[in-house]
Amino acid sequence: MVGQKNLKADKDDLILVFGKGCLHAISGIDGEVLWRKDFASESIEVSHIIQSPEVIYVAGFVGSSKFYVYEVNAKSGELLKNNHVALPFATSGESLSVSGDKFVVLDDVRSKIVTIDINNGNINYNQKQVSDLIKDSSGQAVILPSKLPGLFALKINSQVLLIKVTNEGELVALDQIDNTAAFSNALSISEDQHVFAFVQYEDNKIQLSVKDVNDWNGALLKENLVIDHQRGNIEKIFINNYVRTDRSHGFRALMVMEDHSLLLVQQGEIVWSREDGLASVVDVTTSELPVEKEGVSVAKVEQNLFEWLKGHVLKLKGTLMIASAEEKIAIQKLRLRSSEKSKMTRDHNGFRKLLIVLTRAGKVFALHTGDGRIVWSTTLHALRKSEDCEHPVGLNIYQWQVPHHHALDENPSLLVIGRCGPSVTAPTVISFLDAYTGKELNSLSLAHTVARVIPLPYTDSTEQRLHLIIDVNKHAYLYPRTPEAIEILKREFSNIYWYSVETDNGVIRGHALKSNCIHEIVDEYCFVFRDLWSIVFPSESEKIIATVTRKSNEVVHTQAKVMTDHDVMYKYISKNILFVANAAPKASGEIGTATPEEATLVIYIIDTVTGRILHRMTHHGCQGPVHAVFSENWVVYHYFNLRAHRHEMSVIEVYDQSRADNKDIWKFVLGKHNLTSPISSYYRPEISAKSQSYFFTHSVKAIEVTSTAKGITSKQLLIGTIGDQVLALDKRFLDPRRTLNPSQAEKEEGIIPLTDSLPIISQSYITHSLKVEGLRGIVTVPAKLESTSLVFAYGVDLFFTQIAPSRTYDSLTEDFSYALLLLTIVALVAALFVTYVLSERKDLEEKWR
Amino acid sequence: MASFTKSLFLFLFIQFCFSILPSSFAQSPTPGSSDGYTIYGRVKIPSFGTKEFSLPAKVSNVKVILNGGQRVSFLRPDGYFSFHNVPAGTHLIEVAAKGYFFSPVRVDVSARNPGKIQAALTENRRGLSEFVLEPLKEEQYYEIREPFSIMSIVKSPMGLMMGFMLIVVFLMPKLMENMDPEEMKRAQEEMRNQGVPSLASLLPGAARSN
Repeated sequence: MVGQKNLKADKDDLILVFGKGCLHAISGIDGEVLWRKDFASESIEVSHIIQSPEVIYVAGFVGSSKFYVYEVNAKSGELLKNNHVALPFATSGESLSVSGDKFVVLDDVRSKIVTIDINNGNINYNQKQVSDLIKDSSGQAVILPSKLPGLFALKINSQVLLIKVTNEGELVALDQIDNTAAFSNALSISEDQHVFAFVQYEDNKIQLSVKDVNDWNGALLKENLVIDHQRGNIEKIFINNYVRTDRSHGFRALMVMEDHSLLLVQQGEIVWSREDGLASVVDVTTSELPVEKEGVSVAKVEQNLFEWLKGHVLKLKGTLMIASAEEKIAIQKLRLRSSEKSKMTRDHNGFRKLLIVLTRAGKVFALHTGDGRIVWSTTLHALRKSEDCEHPVGLNIYQWQVPHHHALDENPSLLVIGRCGPSVTAPTVISFLDAYTGKELNSLSLAHTVARVIPLPYTDSTEQRLHLIIDVNKHAYLYPRTPEAIEILKREFSNIYWYSVETDNGVIRGHALKSNCIHEIVDEYCFVFRDLWSIVFPSESEKIIATVTRKSNEVVHTQAKVMTDHDVMYKYISKNILFVANAAPKASGEIGTATPEEATLVIYIIDTVTGRILHRMTHHGCQGPVHAVFSENWVVYHYFNLRAHRHEMSVIEVYDQSRADNKDIWKFVLGKHNLTSPISSYYRPEISAKSQSYFFTHSVKAIEVTSTAKGITSKQLLIGTIGDQVLALDKRFLDPRRTLNPSQAEKEEGIIPLTDSLPIISQSYITHSLKVEGLRGIVTVPAKLESTSLVFAYGVDLFFTQIAPSRTYDSLTEDFSYALLLLTIVALVAALFVTYVLSERKDLEEKWR
Repeated sequence: MASFTKSLFLFLFIQFCFSILPSSFAQSPTPGSSDGYTIYGRVKIPSFGTKEFSLPAKVSNVKVILNGGQRVSFLRPDGYFSFHNVPAGTHLIEVAAKGYFFSPVRVDVSARNPGKIQAALTENRRGLSEFVLEPLKEEQYYEIREPFSIMSIVKSPMGLMMGFMLIVVFLMPKLMENMDPEEMKRAQEEMRNQGVPSLASLLPGAARSN
């Protein structure tokens, strides 16, 4: 879509908008569409629209070598003329408009520059070899997309050639700039003065230059500045001017860095910077903070003695009320830093943690849960843009080493997976980071691709977690690559199962390791795997739209669930359980594209070790998008009911029937119960599933469930709504045992009478009156305190809070009044004395009587 | 991105509608384009004044969402919004405004009967004669803290405990005084006969030894 507007904002002007192959002329007065002209049938790739009072030229390529120009009447939108020229070679890349009616484009081998001139609808073109302009033209030439009047910039290797296009269409090389990073567009600062900026690298500094387009030799501005190399290269630069007190022009430059941060530079200094990379968080993990060390080292005290003194002087000033406004801010900062919440050590309740987030730009940030500050940030070296890795993206972040038993003195570390490009087959890099300092410990460019990473439930003697990386060629690779890891894997070789989902084919397969790879080079860390089972869904009636499994680190407190009638149900708790939602292919699109008759939603619960379908359910007249969360023995999912035209949420609870007959006391006495029999994933226990559905008002962006340290606390569902808020909904509302009229006993147990829709209580929005703009995901982490769960929601905004689903039953609330407690004790003691004295006196009186 | 594929006629028609009605909705097939209907509507947020916890509703912060995020539109300062190029069928429109609870709206865009839109709130199945969306209720995100009062202290477990103690300390002796001295003597005698009930005597073993 190309938007074009006259620079002079005259009211009578047309605003031309091009979109979806159609040109619209919109009145600048009231926004009416005056006329429209459809170019969709012409198969032209419109790239330029030139506006003049009478006629409008619409220019672009058809294919890669035919250049077309259409002449359109500006008043009526009538097509006046069309003209085209066939170039004798194909072109490559975008064409760039140099001045009103001149364009430049490269040919397909990037050795010639073609200048196209449209003069009153007549097309002329010139061509010139790149080698005529520059001696060393061995590299790939690229036209930079900066809009400079009469000029264009051609990038070859790391050099940039500035080329002037004369009125006759001749190309003249103006200058050659080395080590250039970025060019800005031209900025008009007066009637006939256009300036532009560019940055160059110099050793470890960068040089920002602002030059006049017409006066090449003089530079209006030349500044050197140092930018943290963690930020990477400069991707883009924008300038803006201001008038200094001496009437000369000053310039500010806004730089967009490789890690997606923004810098504003003025007078050789960074005025401010923003970490906008945090808006594109792709994965989150957490890390514990270091354990508080007894005693403080002397060196640290000496280093901070001056700081310490200064802090105390400031505080003194604050208490004496003679601090200035600036000092007050400093005092606030000091208080915040020294406050319990933002300490850099582990706390007893486990509220303080580091949130490690990986952004799409491949930068890793550690955020403190206390105040959200950035503790450290690292741009991964392996994920920097380079020749071999043109579009690096961060994919996943895992806890690599979590020392708590054997290796307490070691720092925890993280595993980051990144890929050079959007396709699965792009080369992959992995990197290991220290979680406390952010230092990159090691990075590897993998010879294989990464389709999936499976953290295994085994750790080695240094508490490094074993990971299997599955590639696209059906090989599994073990990390860390140590003999010890191989030993552990060999021991557990037959206990490793996983599944893969092929959405396109509608197949789910179960896998197990088979043997070492057969390669020319022997790699004992590489394994081939075999298919154990596969479930093929009928492609004409079902399409996989969502799969969800349980979190591997979830803790379940008890398997037994006592019913109202003192009956015991046993939850079917298996880690190898998968929820699959399939929609009818016709209704797998968005809401509004299917009718209720053609939409069905089929739900499966599958055991991923045996491939057995534990439960299957069909929702007629329903469609996706499906958001689901699996926890313990239940799954909750959200979908759209087309018949009622409302969103619905359903719950399925799975119970183990094979243990259900253990309630007979005689069996216990005679020792015939099967409670001590080991639970194995190979068994096929009889199971039963209970289900119930409810209406839910809002569309949903993400669903999560709270997780606590021991799994005792009741659960809440965290629902990220379409309005970018996070709603905490008690799991009690999604309980298949809800009935219209619960009995007294059921009521006492806390079963809520059945209603057709789930209540939305506005006080239970954990975001309160805040919004997490562009919400994409919610992560919950247990705190050490059983009642509390930490919640992190990310999108464009980041949001963190701690919630207690059953209130803080194991600690006093924050607003607990210690003063009242003390007052009561004092009052009691006083009353004790008073009554003592009174009774003594009374005794005495009695005795005198 | 929403594109401007509606006709001049349509624009004029809408302008006309707006000028004669306070609010209205209209849609029309776009000539030339096969699947273009336009949904017009209005969001009306009553200004409740400055209530304590409700933030002033900013029109620019209100989002109108079609089909669960397929398209998002914003409000004009007067509260109007529109979706262009909506295919015929049944759609869902949600309004996300902080501090207000809006019901999603079912919108039927008729293919057979151009110019016909039916809208109904899905929460209470109420049909809308004109496409004006109003919040069902205001949302209070914060619980109001109970103001400090002497009654809340008295009602708290600690307060009740203290109250009971006071009753025992000051009222019980009074009750004893009011008793008939003879009856009192008798009761005391009885108690002496039975022996002082002690914790030990309450235990089953000790009781047997008695």
